[in-house]
Amino acid sequence: MENRFKGNIKKENSSNSIIDNLLIGGIRIISFSVIIIFILILGKIFYEGIGVINWNFLTGIPKSDISKGGIGPAIFGTMAVSIIMLILAVPVGIFSAIYISEFAKDTFWLRLIRASVNSLAGVPSIVIGLFGFGFFVLFIGKSIDNILQTGMLFGQPAIIWASATLAVLVLPTIIVTTTEALNSIPLTFRQASLGLGASKWQTIRYIILPQARPGILTGVILALSRSIGETAPIMFLGCAFFLPNLPLAYLDLSFVQIPIINPADQFMHLAYHIFILATQSSNPTLTAPFQYGTTLVLVLITLLLNLTAIIFRFRFRKIIEVVNRNQ
Amino acid sequence: MTKKYHSFYAKKRTFKSTLVEKAVKYFFFLNGMISVLFLVLIFLFLFREAFSAISNIGINEFFKNVEWYPTSEDSRYSIIPLILGTLLTAIPATIISSFLGIILGIYLSEIASGRTREIIKPFIEIFAGLPTVVIGFLILAVGSTFFQELFNAGTRLNALLAAFGLSIILIPTISSLTEDALRAVPNNLRMASYALGISKFAMIKNVVIPAAISGVSAGIILGFGRAIGETMIVLMASGNAAELTLNLLHSVRTITATIAGELGEVAIGSPHYYSLFFIGTFLLIITFIINLISELIIERMRKKLKKMN
Repeated sequence: MENRFKGNIKKENSSNSIIDNLLIGGIRIISFSVIIIFILILGKIFYEGIGVINWNFLTGIPKSDISKGGIGPAIFGTMAVSIIMLILAVPVGIFSAIYISEFAKDTFWLRLIRASVNSLAGVPSIVIGLFGFGFFVLFIGKSIDNILQTGMLFGQPAIIWASATLAVLVLPTIIVTTTEALNSIPLTFRQASLGLGASKWQTIRYIILPQARPGILTGVILALSRSIGETAPIMFLGCAFFLPNLPLAYLDLSFVQIPIINPADQFMHLAYHIFILATQSSNPTLTAPFQYGTTLVLVLITLLLNLTAIIFRFRFRKIIEVVNRNQ
Repeated sequence: MTKKYHSFYAKKRTFKSTLVEKAVKYFFFLNGMISVLFLVLIFLFLFREAFSAISNIGINEFFKNVEWYPTSEDSRYSIIPLILGTLLTAIPATIISSFLGIILGIYLSEIASGRTREIIKPFIEIFAGLPTVVIGFLILAVGSTFFQELFNAGTRLNALLAAFGLSIILIPTISSLTEDALRAVPNNLRMASYALGISKFAMIKNVVIPAAISGVSAGIILGFGRAIGETMIVLMASGNAAELTLNLLHSVRTITATIAGELGEVAIGSPHYYSLFFIGTFLLIITFIINLISELIIERMRKKLKKMN
């Protein structure tokens, strides 16, 4: 595929070739314009936002006047939701991928799982949010409250339900990328391991998973970056605009108190914060630098994550290529 | 796709190890079924609430009149202006981004040199991962005033503005799917057409694109599905007035923006609450059908290309 013939055949005395080159040039120009627009969009955010970012902005607590203070709780809330989301989604996603790639034969069940993963990936995020609100908060949360007699502790929007909903949202991403990573491990590795007398589980645990680690990490990072950028599903799942206190609970061990994320608390979130700043601000010119600063933080986080994922994938492909070449 | 290495597994020896291996297999199988479970749950749950809406409000109410006023005294729940609003943002967005995305895909696959592609491709990929709320914010902060002056629009936020915002996220999707489809076209087709003395542009137009047309159209359909399901950009840029209009420069209200904007304040168990689930179910069915169509097209293309090779 790579060494494709790209040269143009020289044609003499033909007005066609001039028109042709013009058209090819047109494709070039339009493509470059699109890319330049993309660069301008990123450049604008960097240019306007970079001046606001300093330590106080990143860690400070928002003031009631939103042109002052910082976005510390929003960054913390984003991290808290993402960490719980990863805890919920990553094991299930990797185990599903192991089933698809290593265990399943081409049966009804495999086709059902494949089709479900594809369909789940296509469900709009707002519909998943709607489902999360109705199912996790009102059904599961209320049921837990009824059983444990905890009043209104779980039956309301909270971090745990936002994380669970985001976990449903990113599950297909993790499954698809992990399955690809597992599938790209050469068959001979499995044969060699089994030939040495290892069981199937030992083969997966000691041969396949370590080999596929960069590929699996790519999927996890992509899922993380996607969940951080999603705003629509969490809007009604416990996101608050202004919470001066971090959503923490303290694990009391009598001699020391360990702060942990309180999963039943409300939270602030970077993406939601941008939405509120952009739409509800009473004086847009005054708060503009603040808005750009918050946006730049979110953009930097997702760019960094996506870049890491791309580098991981690149390295993983190189490794697989080398392995295949040496066989 | 599945590898046939099962026959290589050594015969199991003891009863205990067989049991362990069986347990491991069923553990992974159950994890695999979680995706199925959640898909079924999403459908069941949304359909249940949508049926409550139908029994509470009546199916006629959703399609009969043309107004969406769920909170007024005499509340009206017509989905028609919302569908219209969704189409008014999604169709222009798909047209703009198909045009630019396909050209970008052609450039990457057929014209750009290897090194240029290696730089541009990750850049576009990164852009596809940009949070949509960022695009919405930029459209609001910069785009709205700029486009209002450009088109002399009556309202600052309108359907066309939302369409421009949507195309920013659709272009990467469509261009990478186009590129994949074009690169899947066997190289000997290109060689053969060059050998016949055809020029590069004519080769792209008459040979490569017709061979990859199903992949390209699947990309467009997928982009349209994404445009319908996108929430933040339309919520921030479309103006959110449930008007019955065909004018692109008027503000409109989409299905997704309605759910996002109203679910936070709705009284749980009220007709309004159920009506939001009804329009959510409607959206789910439409996007499901669209995704199914594009998948069928891609599947057909794969078979065709296999035959060619």
